[in-house]
Amino acid sequence: MAASFLMRKSSAVRFRNLFNRSIAVLPNQHQIHHHPIPPPSSSSLSRFFSSSSPSMASSDSPFPVTVHNINPKVVKCEYAVRGEIVTLAQQLQEDLKAKPGTHPFDEIIYCNIGNPQSLGQLPITFFREVLALCDIPSVLEKPETPALFSSDAIERAWSIIDTIPGQATGAYSHSQGIKGLRDTIAKGIEERDDFPANPNDIFLTDGASPAVHMMMQLLLRSEKDGILCPIPQYPLYSASIALHGGSLVPYYLNEATGWGLEIKELKKQLDAAKKDGISVRALVVINPGNPTGQVLSEENQRDIVKFCKTEGLVLLADEVYQENVYVPEKKFHSFKKVARSLGFGDKDITLASFQSVSKGYYGECGKRGGYMEITGFSPEVREQIYKMASVNLCSNISGQILASLVMSPPKVGDESYELYRAERDGILSSLARRAKTLEEAFNKLEGVTCNKAEGAMYLFPQIKLPQKAIDAAKAAKTAPDNFYCRNLLHATGVVVVPGSGFGQVPGTWHFRCTILPQEDKIPAIVNRITEFHKKFMDQYRK
Amino acid sequence: MPPKPLDYESINENVKRSQYAVRGELYLRASELQKEGKKIIFTNVGNPHALGQKPLSFPRQVVALCQAPFLLDDPNVGLLFPADAIAKAKHYLSMTGGGLGAYSDSRGIPGVRKEVAEFIQRRDGYPSDPELIYLTDGASKGVMQILQTIIGGQGDGILVPVPQYPLYSATIALLGGSLVPYYLEETANWGLDVNELRQSVNQARYKGITVKAMVIINPGNPTGQCLSEANLREVLQFCFEENLVLLGDEVYQQNIYQDERPFVSAKKVLMDIGPPISKEVQLISFHTVSKGYWGECGQRGGYFEMTNISPETVDQIYKVASISLSPNVPAQIFMGLMVNPPKPGDISYDQFVRESKGILESLRRRARIMTDGFNSCRNVVCNFTEEAAKQAGKVPDVFYCLKLLEATGISTVPGSGFGQKEGVFHLRTTILPAEEDMPAIMDSFKKFNDEFMEQYEDHRGYSRM
Repeated sequence: MAASFLMRKSSAVRFRNLFNRSIAVLPNQHQIHHHPIPPPSSSSLSRFFSSSSPSMASSDSPFPVTVHNINPKVVKCEYAVRGEIVTLAQQLQEDLKAKPGTHPFDEIIYCNIGNPQSLGQLPITFFREVLALCDIPSVLEKPETPALFSSDAIERAWSIIDTIPGQATGAYSHSQGIKGLRDTIAKGIEERDDFPANPNDIFLTDGASPAVHMMMQLLLRSEKDGILCPIPQYPLYSASIALHGGSLVPYYLNEATGWGLEIKELKKQLDAAKKDGISVRALVVINPGNPTGQVLSEENQRDIVKFCKTEGLVLLADEVYQENVYVPEKKFHSFKKVARSLGFGDKDITLASFQSVSKGYYGECGKRGGYMEITGFSPEVREQIYKMASVNLCSNISGQILASLVMSPPKVGDESYELYRAERDGILSSLARRAKTLEEAFNKLEGVTCNKAEGAMYLFPQIKLPQKAIDAAKAAKTAPDNFYCRNLLHATGVVVVPGSGFGQVPGTWHFRCTILPQEDKIPAIVNRITEFHKKFMDQYRK
Repeated sequence: MPPKPLDYESINENVKRSQYAVRGELYLRASELQKEGKKIIFTNVGNPHALGQKPLSFPRQVVALCQAPFLLDDPNVGLLFPADAIAKAKHYLSMTGGGLGAYSDSRGIPGVRKEVAEFIQRRDGYPSDPELIYLTDGASKGVMQILQTIIGGQGDGILVPVPQYPLYSATIALLGGSLVPYYLEETANWGLDVNELRQSVNQARYKGITVKAMVIINPGNPTGQCLSEANLREVLQFCFEENLVLLGDEVYQQNIYQDERPFVSAKKVLMDIGPPISKEVQLISFHTVSKGYWGECGQRGGYFEMTNISPETVDQIYKVASISLSPNVPAQIFMGLMVNPPKPGDISYDQFVRESKGILESLRRRARIMTDGFNSCRNVVCNFTEEAAKQAGKVPDVFYCLKLLEATGISTVPGSGFGQKEGVFHLRTTILPAEEDMPAIMDSFKKFNDEFMEQYEDHRGYSRM
């Protein structure tokens, strides 16, 4: 094998030099990889994985890195939130700029991504004051500074700068994040939950996503390792599982009961996976849900925690929407709190809880701030997690500071409290109103049912597409929900993400639409969608 | 009881195999000692601000204004911020789609990428396409993304210099790939020999490894050497012949302390060579805001530029970038400011130049002080017994560095963290401690070293340190 290897390589070099790529380059033949790992059972999930497997025919490219020989896991993974429909929308946007009036709308409205400040939401003033001061700590001592910044922002900036060794905000920090900031976050967690939190259990990361990646990397040894994920899910999970070479084990949320999470469904999927030889390592729960928006009841959460303990699963609790709850009958409870309330300690349950500065009422997506709190694992494994974190040195300092501010905002009596409170309540109440308005609007559409968004930032309506539309989609060589979304985009300029990007029960069709456009734009959006939908149904009704 | 998923034996082997000494054993011991009250001088990591280097004023002012755009409307803003910083803040804010708090394009803000392309064009004299420039959360993230794209498994090999910055070995291990070492020649100023490269590649292929990429770190880390243009040409020719993609880690391109050999980018040399090589060799070049005279490590700002990568592959790289949504926006603005600094005539120009020159000249002086200092130490190309180290259960250079730490508070990284020839030991230290502290540091190092050699010297056989 080795000898023929060398012979092929040297002959390839000769061929290349002589014939200038007119002959298939032999090293590539050697590099042809196996077929991509077949996706797990459900056919609806095949959409998370690239259905086009790179062809076996050797490419005539001489380049060492081509799409035929790159990491097959990269080729396999998908992430619809910034996928095909968005690329299409960007092209239309270019069109509008170049040739205004060529479309029946004059702007593209991006409802595909939870990116509040891109749609006009303003940041919390106090947080930005503190961040600005931390960028230029030399002004903290200047007499002019109080003329531009509130006194409690100055005070907070001082206390933050003092916890940073050498007051150096431009230095790499401890790989878990600045200790003083972790102390603040731990205190914030304690105040939220009424249970102790240890700063050494906290890893500050560039957003919650890198923390999720770390856990996937840690847990997935091969495609024989599986992670239980909700369907529908936020496709970071399917993508990161694919990237790290594992298997996604789906459990279906029940649309008929407001996207309920049922333990018997968990058990059913777990047992089926085990029968298939999959070692199921963890359970992902997104609460409040994305794209589904449901807020779990405490009882439901207790059952989930008990299930993880019994089955020996790591609980990965995505809690980035913990500040986005819009209905009075539900409240956010952290899984850590629920576990501790049950009397479960570190020996009973291994839990990773994720939080982010991107959502809530602060919406600071561009800052890339977040953390994971990890409890219930051994010191040896903690060392390994630290090691992984250390390869990237540390997360960005500004994001770390923001995470600490989010977990310890102004209190009653602080100079900035009133303004902070007003900004926060304004944003949250507006989100609640928009959630309600859009939900009602979607439910009025023919063939469309939409569950309430109890929390998070999205609506995930179901459309019963007529057969004619499904046939037209097939003819256009695309999935029916994608077909609907493309048509919607071309008619209205509104960008939503087809349900197949998140997963859905086979044969059902959905799309995810954010509730984030500014309130004054919502009526126009509702009108446009309503008009489009009527025309669409008129065209494709049986 | 079956092992739990997060029990040590059940976690991903690749994670266990991966090592990153820069924040490893020595650093953890140093942190312990620091907690106990001992004064520690951290020379283990390239982290200038942690050792007293001040941030440049102008960029911090611009980003602070971007953080708090409501200041721009405040009549008092001129009390703290010069007019050109205010203008620059507006310039960058207008490029964002919603300020610092919105996810940007997954590749980075188009306007900033354009500025980076213009910088590259000015530097190299060849056009650069902003569409092929991706901003990342530090150069490290970019390196990890590209290696992830290249490495499918154990059969995929990456040529990596020894010594190397252990991001490469750690990431290759995490991805389950194969590291194919090529040794830099210490006696030839850490030079790169193409014959050595060829040997390494052949050995790897003999083992059944497909060597896909070659890493060069220029200027070198930990070695500090700059590659000559001739060397770079040889490397590019080699990559062409052996069908390798070249990964050019050029994060230290602003840190040149001698005039004889200026920095030349791999891209420039590639373009200078001309077709067919310039149109075929795949190249990815990395840069950062963490080094140079900026030293803004904590911002996590970087970029990579792709050359001769097919659109289909670029799509895949974009896809992976999109899963993380976007690089952090403040650091993107730092990057823009770095490639587009104040110009003559700008209000802040003089101060900017003064601060930058001050930092670079001080780095130059410190490099000199430390080199002279080390060379005056006994046996710093040295003889000492490995026995004592073995008895302590440590690798010899780790043993030396731990003793150094405990005696003097100087925290370095043992050479084994970077790779070295068998039987030769090194330690890596940065040149970053404050200039006024340097003489004392070098004295205390010399005192320790001479005492250590006194204690452990073995006049029979020797190991080189």
